[in-house]
Amino acid sequence: MTVLSVEHHARKVPMPSYSFVLNGKPVTVEAPADMPLLWVLRDLLDVTGPKYGCGVGVCRACTSHLDGGEIQPCVVPVADCADREVTTIEGLADGDRLHPVQQAWLECDVAQCGFCQPGQIMAAAALLKRTARPTDADIDRIENVCRCGTYPRIREAIKKASANG
Amino acid sequence: MDRQLSRRRFMVYTLAASTLTVAAPLACDAPPAEGAEPARRSSDVLVTGTDEEMLVLEVTAANRIVVRLPRVEVGQGVTTAVAMMIAEELDARLADIDIPLADARTQGNQYTGGSSSVRSLYGPARQLAATARAKLVTAAARLWHVPARALRTRDTKVYAPDGRSATFGYLTGYAAAIRVPAVSARPKPASRHQVIGRPTTRIDARDIVTGKARYAGDLTVAGARPTVVARPPTLGGTVLSLDDRAARAMPGVHAVVRVEGGVAVVAETFHHAFQARDALKITWAPGPLAALSDADIRRRLRAAVPRLGTPPRGSAQVEGEFEFAFVSHAPMEVLTAVADVRPTRAEIWFSSQTPMDARDSIAEAVGLPAAKVKVHVMRGGGSFGRRLDSDAALEAALISKAAGRPVKLMWSRADDIRHGRMRPAGRHRIRASLAGGRVVAFAHSTASVSTAYEGKGAVRRASFASAAGPLPSDSGLYNFGALSGDYGSVGLASIPLGAWRSVDSGTSRTAEEIVVDEIAVRLGKDPVAFRRTTLRSKAVRAVLAKAAAAGHWGRALPAGHGQGVAVHEEYGSCVACLAEIDATDPKHPRVTRVVMAADVGIAVNPRGLQAQLMGTAIDGISTVLTAGLHIDRGAVREGSYADFHYARQRDAPLRFEAHIMPSHGEPGGAGELGVPAAAGAVANAYARATGTRPRRFPLNS
Repeated sequence: MTVLSVEHHARKVPMPSYSFVLNGKPVTVEAPADMPLLWVLRDLLDVTGPKYGCGVGVCRACTSHLDGGEIQPCVVPVADCADREVTTIEGLADGDRLHPVQQAWLECDVAQCGFCQPGQIMAAAALLKRTARPTDADIDRIENVCRCGTYPRIREAIKKASANG
Repeated sequence: MDRQLSRRRFMVYTLAASTLTVAAPLACDAPPAEGAEPARRSSDVLVTGTDEEMLVLEVTAANRIVVRLPRVEVGQGVTTAVAMMIAEELDARLADIDIPLADARTQGNQYTGGSSSVRSLYGPARQLAATARAKLVTAAARLWHVPARALRTRDTKVYAPDGRSATFGYLTGYAAAIRVPAVSARPKPASRHQVIGRPTTRIDARDIVTGKARYAGDLTVAGARPTVVARPPTLGGTVLSLDDRAARAMPGVHAVVRVEGGVAVVAETFHHAFQARDALKITWAPGPLAALSDADIRRRLRAAVPRLGTPPRGSAQVEGEFEFAFVSHAPMEVLTAVADVRPTRAEIWFSSQTPMDARDSIAEAVGLPAAKVKVHVMRGGGSFGRRLDSDAALEAALISKAAGRPVKLMWSRADDIRHGRMRPAGRHRIRASLAGGRVVAFAHSTASVSTAYEGKGAVRRASFASAAGPLPSDSGLYNFGALSGDYGSVGLASIPLGAWRSVDSGTSRTAEEIVVDEIAVRLGKDPVAFRRTTLRSKAVRAVLAKAAAAGHWGRALPAGHGQGVAVHEEYGSCVACLAEIDATDPKHPRVTRVVMAADVGIAVNPRGLQAQLMGTAIDGISTVLTAGLHIDRGAVREGSYADFHYARQRDAPLRFEAHIMPSHGEPGGAGELGVPAAAGAVANAYARATGTRPRRFPLNS
C-alpha cells in the first residue's frame, strides 16, 4: 500500500485520506477532498498517462475509468473515488498483453503526437464496453479532441477492436 | 515539378571511440523556412566543424543503434522516418534503433520547421548508416578471414556464407578500428529499398498506447514544483497592484513571484497552484489593445490591403475579398517547461523546434553565458508551429531564478488560447482578368496583422516574421498570364502571433483556390477540367487526376451536398484534395469524405505521410468551417476547446483516403503541404453545395 501526502509549506494541516484501487492495486492518499483526481494521479502518485489538456472536462485527454465507466479525472474530486476502482491507461493492458483497443490502435497506427491518445483509447474502451458493435453515430459521439486530426484512424481502430473483441 | 536526383555525397567521419561511432555533417540544403538563406549547393557542403554539428550514429556493445537527433518529435513522425533511413542502409531491425532527441547544440542545423526535416536528413542519415555498415562488414571479414564482399547484413547482424553470424554490437569495437572499409559505403539505389517506402508503424506507437510516452509535464526533476501564472484578462495587460497574502497563506504554496506575463505561483501540486492563483488579488492595467475589437481590426486590414493595379484593357474581372480570423495553434499538450536556474548554471526541459535560439534567449534573460545553459529537448504533444517560440521556457527560467528553486511551469488551456500564439488574421484581395476565354492576368494583394513592439516591456522573443517574399501565386502554379502581388500589414502591439502550419499558404493559397473555382464557373468550365488545362506542372496535374478519379469527381449527389477540389505545390512536393460536404444545414455542414493525392518524391514512410495528410485535412475542415478566435476589447474571447471549435470526431470525414504517387525523386517536404489544398477543397465544396461564395473564415464560428 502506498501512502502519500501533500507536503505542506510552513505548517502541516490535517487532511483527509482516501483509499481506492488504482490499476488493480490499493492506494491511500492524503489530499484535500476537492482535489481533482487528475492531480492526485499525476502529482501525488506519478501516474502520468492521463494528460491535462483543459482542466474543465472538455478536451478529455485525461479520460480514465471509475468502476469501469468513463470519467474525466480533471473534474472528478478525489473524494468521489474513495473505495472505488480507478483505471488509467497504465492499467488497461493485462500485463504485457495489450487490450484489444490498444492492439487495434497499434495496427491502425493511430497516434501522431500521442498526447490525447491515452484518453481516446480509454474513451473507446468504455464505448465498446457499453456497445459492442458501435455505429458511426455512436463513434461520432466521442468528444475527445485530437488536435493532430487522427479521427479517421480512431474510427477505423474502434471498428477493428469491435470486430476482434 | 523540377525534381533532380541529387548526386550529393556526404562525407562521413569516424570518431575516435571504443564503439563504432560515425558522424555525418547535416547539410543545410533544405531551406529552413521562407525568407531563410538560400539552399547551399553540393559544392558548399563543408566537411568541417565539431561533432555538435553532425548527425552521429553509435553502435553500442548491447547491439543498440543510437542516433541522437537534432530535431524535435511533435507527432510528425520524424523519429520513425529517420529510424527507417538508418535501418535501410544499416540492415538493422527497426526495433534495435533508438532515436533520442539531442540537447540544444552550439552550432549547426537544429531547426524543426518549414517541412524540412526529411529533406535535410535524407542524405546524411543514409550515408551515415551505409558507412557504419561497411565498417561492420569489414570488421567481420577480418575476424573471420573471409572476403568482405562475401558477407551479408540483415537484422542487425553480419552473416558469413558458412552460416556464422555476429551482431553489430559484438563487432562494434572491431569496426571502430577500421579506417578504410573493404566494401562500398554508398547508400542503396532507391530501387533496392526495402524499408524506405514501406508503410511502417511509428516506433513510439507502443509507448503511446500504453501511456509510457513522456512529455515535459510528465518529468520528475528533483525539487521542480508545479507552477502556474495568473495572466491579465487583456493581451499585454500588466499588474497594477497585487495582494498575495491569502494565496501565500494557503497550504502547499511555495512561492509567489511577479513575472512579465503576470504573477506566478509555485506550489506542491497543480491543484494547489491553481487554487492559490485564483486567490491572488490583482488589479490589472489593460493592455495596449484594450480599445480594439474584431470589427476595428477587420477595418484596418481592409484599408491595409494594397490596391491592385489596372487590369488589362478589355478584360472581364473575377474578383473576391477574403477574410481569415486569428487561429490558435492549441496543441493538445499546453506549453510546459521544467526549469532549474542556479546562480552559475541553468537546465531547462521542454519541447522546442528551435532549441539553440531558446538557449541563447534564456541565457540572456537569466544573465548566464550560453555555455552554462543546458536545454533538453522533449517530445511535444503537437505543435503546428507553436513550439518555434519558447515563451514558456523563458518564463519558467525567469520564475525559477526569481523563486530560487526549480519549477515545472504549465500554461493552462485558457492561457494557451487567450495569450497565444495565433495565426495572424488577414485579408486577401484577388482579381483574375479574363479575355478570350482564358485568364490573362492574376493579381493578389494581402494584408495581415503583425506584432508591433513599442517601448519598454517589449520582450525579445524568438521571432516570427512574415517574410516579404513573393506570393505563392507568383510561383506560377497556373498559366494565368501576368502575375502580380503585394503585401500590407497592420501592426498591433502585444499581439502574440506565430507561424501556423503552412504559414502564409494556409490562407493565401486557400483564397486563390476559391477564385480558381469561380473563374471556372465564369468560363462555364468544370473546376477539375479547368485546372487540368491551366496547371503548369505535370506532377500537379497528376495528383489532381488521381484525387478526382479516386474521389469520383462529378458523381451525382443529393441536393445540399457538394464536391470541391483544390491543389497546392510547395516544399518540392504537390498535393490535390477532393472533399465532399453535406451542407443541407448550411450552419452545420459535415465534410463526409476526403480524398487526397500527394507527390512528395520518395515517401520514406507512406503510412506516416498519410497521417500528415489526414491531419491537414482536419486542419482545413476546422479553419474553414468553425475554428477561429475573436478579439473583444483587447482580449481573446475564446478560452478552451469548448469555444475554440477545432474539429471533433463528429466533424471529421467518415471516409478518408490519401494516395501517394510512386516516385524515385528526392524527398520533398510533407508536414504542412496539405493544409491549403484541404482548406480550399472544403471551401469549394461548401460553395458548390450551398450556391454561396465563401468569403470570411471560419464560415460558422
